[in-house]
Amino acid sequence: MSHVHRDDLGSKMGMWLFIFTELLLFGGLFITYAVYRSMHTQAFHLASEELDVTIGTINTVILLISSATVAMAITAIQKKNKKLSLAFIGTTILLAFIFLVNKYFEWGAKFEHGLFPGSDYLAELGYGDILFFGLYFFMTGLHAFHIIVGMVFLGFIFFRIKNDRITFDNFQLLENGGLYWHLVDLIWIFLFPLFYLVA
Amino acid sequence: MAEEKQQDVQKSFMEETGGHKGIFKWILSTDHKRIGLLYLYSIMSWFFIGVTLGLLMKLELIAPGKTIIGAQAYNATFTVHGVIMIFLIVVPGLPAIFGNFFLPIQIGAKDVAFPKLNLLSWYIYVLGSILVVLSLFMGGGPPDTGWTFYAPYSFKTGTNMLPAVLGAFVLGFSSILTGLNFIVTIHRMRAPGMTWFKMPIFPWTLYGTGWIQLLATPVVGITLLMVLGERLFGIGFFDPAKGGDPILFQHLFWIYSHPAVYIMILPAMGVISEIIPTFSRKTIFGYKAIVASTMAIAFVGYFVWGHHMFTSGMSGTALFTFSILTFIVAIPSAIKVFNWVSTMYQGSISTEVPFMWAASFIFVFLVGGLSGLVLGALATNVHVHDTAFVVAHFHFIVFGGVGFSFFGAIHYWFPKMFGRMYDRSWARTGWVVFFIGFIALYGPMFYLGIKGMPRRYFDYLPEYHGPNIISSLGALTLVTGFLIIVINLFKSAKHGEKAPMNPWGGTNLEWQIPSPPPLENFDEIPTITKAPYKYD
Repeated sequence: MSHVHRDDLGSKMGMWLFIFTELLLFGGLFITYAVYRSMHTQAFHLASEELDVTIGTINTVILLISSATVAMAITAIQKKNKKLSLAFIGTTILLAFIFLVNKYFEWGAKFEHGLFPGSDYLAELGYGDILFFGLYFFMTGLHAFHIIVGMVFLGFIFFRIKNDRITFDNFQLLENGGLYWHLVDLIWIFLFPLFYLVA
Repeated sequence: MAEEKQQDVQKSFMEETGGHKGIFKWILSTDHKRIGLLYLYSIMSWFFIGVTLGLLMKLELIAPGKTIIGAQAYNATFTVHGVIMIFLIVVPGLPAIFGNFFLPIQIGAKDVAFPKLNLLSWYIYVLGSILVVLSLFMGGGPPDTGWTFYAPYSFKTGTNMLPAVLGAFVLGFSSILTGLNFIVTIHRMRAPGMTWFKMPIFPWTLYGTGWIQLLATPVVGITLLMVLGERLFGIGFFDPAKGGDPILFQHLFWIYSHPAVYIMILPAMGVISEIIPTFSRKTIFGYKAIVASTMAIAFVGYFVWGHHMFTSGMSGTALFTFSILTFIVAIPSAIKVFNWVSTMYQGSISTEVPFMWAASFIFVFLVGGLSGLVLGALATNVHVHDTAFVVAHFHFIVFGGVGFSFFGAIHYWFPKMFGRMYDRSWARTGWVVFFIGFIALYGPMFYLGIKGMPRRYFDYLPEYHGPNIISSLGALTLVTGFLIIVINLFKSAKHGEKAPMNPWGGTNLEWQIPSPPPLENFDEIPTITKAPYKYD
């Protein structure tokens, strides 16, 4: 009794609805950010100077490129070029990994300076700094978690393409993976200026 | 006769095992009907725990001073009672059980849009609910913050907040996925000819509910994550000692948790809109008005959360705005009540058990709704804020609203779900006892609240003793009624007489297929030409 029910449009609709929920999830954090930045404008401005704009910019570029590669993977599969599509998915996952490595070093440096939630040094700096770094770690941390989920999702898609479960006439799952990846990218596009460029 | 023949030929979904045995034919099945029943059994199990905790509280309050449990145990009891009842039972209840079972059938589909995701939602639900129930038994003692997890106490208390908060977060996921599934199902899988305005009301209310689940649940999700971050890492968002603002927590929490009330009540209204036309033998009055008011409730429901915080500290403008919006939300609710009553007017009413539940729903919903206006008005709110009045109000709405329509729904759809009839006289007895118990339990609390008895205390002044005795006896009566209902249904599911295809003379699609339905519901996907609830 296997019902072969396939509805690409329905599947895409489901993904978009899920993306709405993700936006609202981060929306709660953006509101929190807005409230505390308006309360501690000066402190947020100064704390932002502690962040490394160079690494932030590099990571932004990396994510933008990865969004392009995942889009190209979809085009490749539509043109029946399985190998190229696999290569692009692989590149996307690799870029995501490089993003995380950069993030690791960035976070590590903050910890070294004692700029992490609950540290004694941060407690001395005052409310604005505590909240700024609390938000910084919480939001970039949640974003990094989404990167990891995206990598797992794309890895799953990689094997589906390899086994010909995703083909030129049946690639909705890949497109959904692409949509999710663009969402992860988009959220970073907002995080980057809010934390790195407000200085 | 031809109908009965067809019923014998087709295998029911209960006989289709998919090659699995025992429990596996349940937990590996993606059939929406089996998943609906899985939800029914798991939700009912948790409900027993929730009821036990509620009864414990009422027994404690039967006399002033310590009766059976002390202050700390009482705090834990009302917290876990609230968490279980809200997050495990009334939020998922109607959509997950009856929505899963009847949404695809009512719109003429074989299943929901994403059957595997549907089963996954149930697994997530079970994981979340186990986490919540575990918080009762783990090391630090059961959580004692109240189900609202208010900061800063929720990250200061030494009790088991982690599993409770994490459980509520996980349950949110389940709720989101169910809502997403239903929205896509309704958009994409309606049978040919079933235009939006030929859809029965119950799917419409599930549609409104689905959107609230999608758009509101993530906000509480992130808020609960922030509480976890606060407990684990001390991020400081809600900690005044670190510059954070506990009031912000209350806003973020109620941005979800008020719309959540509409997640609970909309499908309940949908059930009532199914039952009343069937037993009045009449087309529903003002179909479009009911649909529009459903959507209006879903929409306006987003903008009223502040009425939970009238005494928390907000600007005067905010207070007025939230108060007015709260009054506005009463309008579409009242429209529905008028529609139900007008449907009955000049109808040929048969007072079967589901109808009695629906009629008593209208009564308790009215009492709950009108007392809500007392709370929505700023001046009276200050007087009754955090008193037993509030407890009475939301039990009339949430337990009265969702509970009564739940029992209405189960008595209405039971023959279809289990293929057997229940014992009607016992069902009627159960309803009478339950209804008397309900009024005796919550009615006196209105009086106690106005007289100033605060909520959430294990003790009270001697002058409140009388009404509290009535209330506690009411609780015992209600539980007796509940047991009669459950035992009757359990026995009938096994030994009841076989149910015909359409025992109540309903007009919607679920009454045009065998009881219980076959695996894929329909031999052939039907083509719809008639509007719903048409009696020729």
